[in-house]
Amino acid sequence: MMLDKYILLTIVLAPLLGALIAGFFGKRIGRVASHSVTITGVGLSCALSIHVLYQLVWGGAESFNQNLYTWFEVGSTSAHVGFLIDRLTAMMMVVVTFVSLMVHVYTIGYMAEDDGYERFFSYIALFTFSMLMLVMSNNFLQLFFGWEAVGLVSYLLIGFWYKRPTAIFANMKAFLVNRVGDFGFLLGIAGVLMWFGGSLDYGTVFAHAQDPSLDMASRSVELIAGHPWHVATIVCICLFIGAMGKSAQVPLHVWLPDSMEGPTPISALIHAATMVTAGIFMVARMSPLFELSETALTFVLVIGATTALFTGLIGVVQNDIKRVVAYSTLSQLGYMTVALGVSAYSAGVFHLMTHAFFKALLFLGAGSVIIAMHHEQDMRHMGGLRKYMPITWITMWIGSLALAGAPGFAGFFSKDAIIEAVGESHRLGAGYAYFCVLAGVFITALYSFRLLYMTFHGKERFVVDKVKQHHGHVDHEHHAPGHLAHAPNESPWVVTVPLVLLAIPSVVVGFLTIGPMLFGDYFGNAIFVREANNVIGELGHEFHGATAMVLHGFTQAPFWIALAGFGTATWIWLFNPSIADKAENALRPLHTVLANKYWFDTIYQAVFARGGLRFGRGLWRGSDAALIDGAINGSASLVDQLSALVRRIQSGYLYHYAFAMILGLILLLGGSWWVFARIAA
Amino acid sequence: MAQWPLLSILIWLPIVGAVLVLALGRDPRVARWLSVLVALLTFAASLPLYFGYDAVAGGMQFGESHLWINGLKAYYGLGVDGISVALIVLTTFTSVLVIIGSWGPINKRVSQYMAAMLVLEGMLIGIFSATDALLFYVFFEAMLIPMFIIIGVWGGPRRVYATLKFFIYTFLGSIFMLIALIYLHMKTGEFSLAAFAAAPLSTTEQTWLFFGFLAGFAIKVPMWPVHTWLPDAHVEAPTGGSVILAAIMLKVGGYGFIRFSLPITPDASQEYAWVVIAMSLIAVVYIGYVALVQDDMKKLIAYSSVAHMAFVTLGIFISMALVREYANPDAARLGLQGAMVQMISHGFVSGAMFTCIGVLYDRLHTRMIDEYGGVMNVMPWFGGFFIFFSMANCGLPGTSGFVGEFMVILASFQSNPFIALVAAFTLIIGAAYTLWLVKRVIFGEVTNPKVAKFKDLDAREWIVLGSFAVAVLALGVYPKPLTDLMNSSVLQIVNALMLSKA
Repeated sequence: MMLDKYILLTIVLAPLLGALIAGFFGKRIGRVASHSVTITGVGLSCALSIHVLYQLVWGGAESFNQNLYTWFEVGSTSAHVGFLIDRLTAMMMVVVTFVSLMVHVYTIGYMAEDDGYERFFSYIALFTFSMLMLVMSNNFLQLFFGWEAVGLVSYLLIGFWYKRPTAIFANMKAFLVNRVGDFGFLLGIAGVLMWFGGSLDYGTVFAHAQDPSLDMASRSVELIAGHPWHVATIVCICLFIGAMGKSAQVPLHVWLPDSMEGPTPISALIHAATMVTAGIFMVARMSPLFELSETALTFVLVIGATTALFTGLIGVVQNDIKRVVAYSTLSQLGYMTVALGVSAYSAGVFHLMTHAFFKALLFLGAGSVIIAMHHEQDMRHMGGLRKYMPITWITMWIGSLALAGAPGFAGFFSKDAIIEAVGESHRLGAGYAYFCVLAGVFITALYSFRLLYMTFHGKERFVVDKVKQHHGHVDHEHHAPGHLAHAPNESPWVVTVPLVLLAIPSVVVGFLTIGPMLFGDYFGNAIFVREANNVIGELGHEFHGATAMVLHGFTQAPFWIALAGFGTATWIWLFNPSIADKAENALRPLHTVLANKYWFDTIYQAVFARGGLRFGRGLWRGSDAALIDGAINGSASLVDQLSALVRRIQSGYLYHYAFAMILGLILLLGGSWWVFARIAA
Repeated sequence: MAQWPLLSILIWLPIVGAVLVLALGRDPRVARWLSVLVALLTFAASLPLYFGYDAVAGGMQFGESHLWINGLKAYYGLGVDGISVALIVLTTFTSVLVIIGSWGPINKRVSQYMAAMLVLEGMLIGIFSATDALLFYVFFEAMLIPMFIIIGVWGGPRRVYATLKFFIYTFLGSIFMLIALIYLHMKTGEFSLAAFAAAPLSTTEQTWLFFGFLAGFAIKVPMWPVHTWLPDAHVEAPTGGSVILAAIMLKVGGYGFIRFSLPITPDASQEYAWVVIAMSLIAVVYIGYVALVQDDMKKLIAYSSVAHMAFVTLGIFISMALVREYANPDAARLGLQGAMVQMISHGFVSGAMFTCIGVLYDRLHTRMIDEYGGVMNVMPWFGGFFIFFSMANCGLPGTSGFVGEFMVILASFQSNPFIALVAAFTLIIGAAYTLWLVKRVIFGEVTNPKVAKFKDLDAREWIVLGSFAVAVLALGVYPKPLTDLMNSSVLQIVNALMLSKA
């Protein structure tokens, strides 16, 4: 059975249509129509995606791989737009459209007071379209289109409040850092075209990579004479640089925390659940290529491990509720990358899926808190909110337990699988990575429960100003930090329903799907792992069902490490908040390092931003103006001076001419004598 | 229809129209409407060219040939291949928008301005359709006159300096080209480009001729380091002049490389391809950094034009290297197609960017970036257009700006990945200078009280920017019609490159 092409087209185009209507006619058709049209589009897309997934898993449908139209065709090089729908794609489609739908509904509540309401819906629907184009692509061109298109929408949404200087700095930074990644990505694509069969279509490229007679794993090229490099290594590292930009891996991670300047719904959708995982998806999709290069996979592994541990550490010292979740996202993306690095692609994608649910939940929960606190994001002015907003409180707990990997919750299965896969791997760097992911478990628990305690538990650290109550909502920006116009209360149903709907998969999705996804044949041939690298296969021998895994989990190191993190967080932030300050003073150097985020931003700002400007000014003033124009205007004035000189000779006085004639004669005679003398000699 | 001298009509219709505008256009309204009518008619006349051109057969079509100067055996020879058709349609399309765009800002000597624009259009079509070198040269030089007038009469305060610099710079280059043409005429006894291409030439001869052509066309493109006339010319030119200059006149240089350097001096082109490639790569990086630090919007976009045109020269000469040194004609076709697509795309994108700057200039009468800020607050539609065209300027996929750069980078990689590496740097630096411009002009709070009084786009500005946007998007989403149009023409050029002439 084949999937229907028109169903797939509808999945992609319905959100686009919604985006166009809301974008161009939003002000005319009004708020309700704008959100209705986009939600209808995305809802249709979600329903059909579930249908497609169902058809692929239970309906016996075969993978769909077909071009829609030819983009260009020059000689033997051609580029197409087309879909490849296998189970990997279908899973991504469902995750993307489901989270997107939840975020759409949530936005009705979150953006209720914003002037840019229609524009916001247009953007998030456009994002859904772009992300679907990315995951559904069957070739590198369309992948790159989707890749850049989600980057564009991310740019527009981070800068959604375009009057804020911080927002428009953050969106430019995000775009530019991503462009550094895309720079590598594009070169990787060029390398694929050159070395892997002269095609941009996945099918041809992967067939070429896996053809044993071509032996692509050992093919090398001398880009610099005398230094043979493996083409697979070059290509994979270039492609992965793209993933480092999009999935915010060290050292290209700097844009993601700043992206929190955007409205919270998009932090959940774009900067947690979907777009930032595009890099993970891409590497998993490219597994036939990455499997060719041990070096590239080691590179992936080390970068991922570094990101997992070190960005998580920063999360512990953040006080902005969204930034804590943002650093947690960085760290979790690191975990996914680590999984890719040990060839456990399915574990990486599995964590991508579970993370999408519980991280979207955490962000939307944080957003709910932010609404209640009238756009106060500093956790030092929160506390004790659990009695004001019980639904948010409970769902946030669920999300945090999933994130920390409490046995049975979604995150437990995916994170444990990654940790065990790393333990199983013998790849260079796996030891370092194993340390990082284990230490990361402690850190994850620490910042997750710190966030919960500082926000929902303990004493209230805000004051409700009864006097100013009559000013209403509009005034909330003018309140001093920690002062609210009226008491916080639970968010409306459009906000809490998505929280609940996301909390359900955060609990159950891991338990239900780990069997088929990791140890069954869910991914079929969508993901390719060489036999020697198959750590997940090794783990599969010890897997006896999800329940057994949960029970087994209680005896394992990660559980006890997480428990230690939980204990530490409880002891400090629930019972002895003063210890936090003392610890901060005692560990001052460490705190300084973390508070300055290892000075990445400072250094980039100095070297690339200011250095670039200085370099540009130097070129402009020094070379363009002084050298080139200097030479040109100089030659003009030289002509001017020469003519002035020549003019002076033509004085009209006879004796001047006579003198010139005599001088000329002497020079001529003397000169010719000199020349002839030399010739004679 | 086949009997109609379509190319002559396309050349002379706007020129005759210009005379009419001058004669009847005492009233500015008459001048405006009449010139738009002429431009629209010319555009309409260029459509049969596009639809009538047999792209599968390729080669020169719509040929016309009349003896022009008997003693010199110079012909009034016209003909187009796919490449010319693309550039001619770009010219007629852009001219309509330029003339509509000039309705508001040009208030003095309206009929003369419109006439100059129409004459310029005719000259440009002549350049793209001449098959006789002398005829090409006449149009090539004559084109400077209306441009000289447009900048010199309707330009900014330093217009005299800018016009002189523009004129002498480009004229100097074309003198060398003229010498090359005269030499070729002495050699072959005629002026037809086909004869030039067929003439056997020694390596030494080709080298001299190559550098003669390089001087002429490199200045026109303009390539680093002979680019410094462009920012000055743009800054002083009125909006319409800038649009024509960036969108079409620069393409004459790239077109010249394809029509003259490659077929006439293939061996020297191969020998010295590295010179042009090096100049192009320097332009991408160097000019990118210079664009970054401009505080005049027009200068910024002018520099950005130089960086984008570098992809044209890179694509042309990388294809030379690919054919000869890497025996990879497929990639060469990709490079050459990329160069052409980049030319067409840059026509749309730079035209739109300069129009956008004109829209702002008409409201505040300054081009300084720091006088603006927060324009989005008062002109949301304009802001949307500006961001869209900026993204095209950054080469975002889905816009035309991506297609050419993508093809050229893919082709370059196949000759030497390090060349592609340097070229791909445009992804970063191009985005940096463009988005920083957006940040400072469009986003933020309104700080200048005059900006707060801005009105959003009027209908006329909507038409111009909307048309550019449609073109940018169409080419970005579906470039195949354009590449198909040029496919056999490019193939013929690449096949010719394989043969040595020495």
